[in-house]
Amino acid sequence: MNPLPTPDLMRTAAPSELAPTVLFRVGLADEYLTVESPVGPVFVARNGRGVSATAPAFQAEAADAFEAAFATRFRRPIRPARRFERTEVEALETALHEGRGRGVRFDLRATTAFGREVLDAALRIPRGEIRPYAWIAREIGHPAAVRAVGSALGRNPVPLLIPCHRVVRSDGHIGDYAWGSAVKRAVLATEGVVPAEVEREARAGSHYLGSDTTHIVCWPTCRHARQIQARHRVPFATIDEAVAAGYRPCRDCRP
Amino acid sequence: MQPTMDAEEVLPADPLAARLAHDLDGTFEALVIAHADLVYGLALRSTRDPAAAEDLAQDAFVRTYRALAGYPPERIRGLHLRPWLTRLTINLARNRARDRLARPAQAPLDEGHLGVADDAARPEEALLRRESAAAWQARLAALPRHYGLAVELRHVHGLSYAEMAEALQRPVNTVKVHVHRGLALLRVAYEKEIQP
Repeated sequence: MNPLPTPDLMRTAAPSELAPTVLFRVGLADEYLTVESPVGPVFVARNGRGVSATAPAFQAEAADAFEAAFATRFRRPIRPARRFERTEVEALETALHEGRGRGVRFDLRATTAFGREVLDAALRIPRGEIRPYAWIAREIGHPAAVRAVGSALGRNPVPLLIPCHRVVRSDGHIGDYAWGSAVKRAVLATEGVVPAEVEREARAGSHYLGSDTTHIVCWPTCRHARQIQARHRVPFATIDEAVAAGYRPCRDCRP
Repeated sequence: MQPTMDAEEVLPADPLAARLAHDLDGTFEALVIAHADLVYGLALRSTRDPAAAEDLAQDAFVRTYRALAGYPPERIRGLHLRPWLTRLTINLARNRARDRLARPAQAPLDEGHLGVADDAARPEEALLRRESAAAWQARLAALPRHYGLAVELRHVHGLSYAEMAEALQRPVNTVKVHVHRGLALLRVAYEKEIQP
């Protein structure tokens, strides 16, 4: 008798999780967590390269809709995370509450180079402050590309973590948001920006605030502008008007 | 030095390599699925521990992806995937084993953890099969390193002698000898067990 076994008798099958885990690690498949944010639970998708998408989780059928939208947009499979560290969830929760991706790696492969510059500039807006689209356009060296900035922000794959909600229309109106302008207003309110107040000031023609003691002019939500006492506050409609009056633009908020 | 090969043993182009060259991201999953058992089997042979083997196999495929992502398409198209993956996995396993050297000896292979494809339709047969599979895997694992590896590559994963020569960087005749001696030792081990 020939005692030689057939190949499958000696073969050890690879664990079924090997392929999905490898694809996750190299960024060809994503997994998502549900994490608490200031505006309710959100889905956070990530792979071995970083966080790839966020989406609201507070609507009915949200998970199915999110998985379908993700697969269509990024052309990669996605599934709920199987194994994850508590510390990762905590770090994401903190980042969502701070509204910035400090310490969070992003996977922005599907974003153009221009789009990445726009998102990078948005990341530099501090919590509690807002800037117009035109400010981003100027910051990235394309002052005429205001509309392109708007659409790049609209395609931000990771809202809340990259705070595109802090970018508003140049006329002072809060403007659109990937998750709806009601959510944008709610997020800004949790950060201490009162949208109705911002819009009222803008309608009254006050787009910049100067201090008549320092002669420095700021965006109204700049942390320096917030410290100006009421009696020293000088509103301006344009930056040229402020400069003509002898004011210098703030070096932090760069109006 | 390139191993010498008979004309009939020159490796043919791999159609999966051509697909990888054309679309790495779209084809990589197929590569992992096609060669998961090979890479995991080699990892298990080295680590003798299912969890460590899974980690090692993962790392081997991640390195595979990164290497492919850095290669120009014509280089990918010319790859012989099975020998290449075999070599990459063996080298990685060797480096890891070197790192582990300071640690105490590994526990013997735990047969209970070995996942073997079984036919669920007939439980008794499946049980016999599983016992027999575990026994063969244990005999294979007990062979001296070169012989066990040669038998595994040839008879478990079906590599040709030319593929093995490329993977192991040895002449075809040497790997043939290793396979034959390994098989002879397997027979001896089996006969000892059934005729004590």
